[in-house]
Amino acid sequence: MDSIAALKELLYKIADDQLIIGHRNSEWTGLGPILEEDIAFSSMAQDKIGQSEHIYNLLHQLGEADADTVAFTRNAPQFHCSQLVELPIGGYDFSLIRHFLFDFAEYLRFEALKTSAYQPLAQVAKKFFGEIKYHTMHANTWVHQLGHGNGESNGKMQESLNYAWNYALGMFEPGPAEDVLITENIFIGETALREQWLEVITPLLEKSNLVIPSQSEWAPIYGGRKGEHTEHLQPLLSEMTEVYTIDPTADW
Amino acid sequence: MANENNKTIESLDPRISRAQLTGGNHADMEGMTHFQTFEVFHQSKRGTHHKHVGIVHAPNADMALLYAKEQYARREVTANIWVVPSSCISATEYEDDDIFSTTPEKLYRNPASYKVMDRIQEWKEREKSISREV
Repeated sequence: MDSIAALKELLYKIADDQLIIGHRNSEWTGLGPILEEDIAFSSMAQDKIGQSEHIYNLLHQLGEADADTVAFTRNAPQFHCSQLVELPIGGYDFSLIRHFLFDFAEYLRFEALKTSAYQPLAQVAKKFFGEIKYHTMHANTWVHQLGHGNGESNGKMQESLNYAWNYALGMFEPGPAEDVLITENIFIGETALREQWLEVITPLLEKSNLVIPSQSEWAPIYGGRKGEHTEHLQPLLSEMTEVYTIDPTADW
Repeated sequence: MANENNKTIESLDPRISRAQLTGGNHADMEGMTHFQTFEVFHQSKRGTHHKHVGIVHAPNADMALLYAKEQYARREVTANIWVVPSSCISATEYEDDDIFSTTPEKLYRNPASYKVMDRIQEWKEREKSISREV
């Protein structure tokens, strides 16, 4: 695989993750637990969709179709998002745990990309770093709060963590050209990213009275990066593209 | 009417239908208390004053800071945010607002009435010429 193909693969999975989790989290808009949280969570969902647009634009510069076409005309098997981000929002406990697991991975991914040899990507990474940093602060504050709330809140968070864990490990599914990305200094690679992620979230979850499942139970759920998805992705895409399907020129 | 309120809300918005909400029945919220309020102060630039911009509801200061950022700093240039529990504010009574009315015959207490600007100007000029000489 040449470096352009490897780079595109990397960009697609980053953008697809952002678009899908952004859309998922936007499902809470108007239904959030309190007004202030509703605004904050919706705003972060918008951030994610905005970030994905910038990454799709990088792909467009590399010869792919424009952002709207790429976002709104593909079917599930053409998406490279991890299965973690496509799961339904569930209860707020699950949405918060996913937000925590995903955003710390994204934070570290973008931290690494700030020094990417591919300059346009490094610039985008620097541009969005502040947004993503806030997302991790929001996630960690909530997880800490509910981890320490009462037996019920801690129990729900722990249950969601157990459920989400192997999906979260699936975010780090190695791509077909990890070696190219690493030797060309485009990206540090999924294995290194996963190590960093574990180092960062392990003490944070401990401080929140939550326990990472024991290593013997770790079984990363891969496939998303290759277009293998849960039954939840296609209905999400159909809902997301409803307006576009009716009128591709609609503007709002 | 109570039965009406327990019906699951059907909406054109698929998210609402999925959430299986029932309207109007808040019996499960009885006895719950509100979060405390925090006053939010926004600073647009380092070194300038923090200005009061509004409130947020939150269970503690950490969460209040998260929300203050989204409510009051999302569209503004921001250097820093303070949150202070509203309960920490001491205020005068509105019924005592007559303490603020001053009699008009005391213009000498109003800095605008001091006739010193020409002297300040003179001093500034002198400072400038001294530094030039040095």
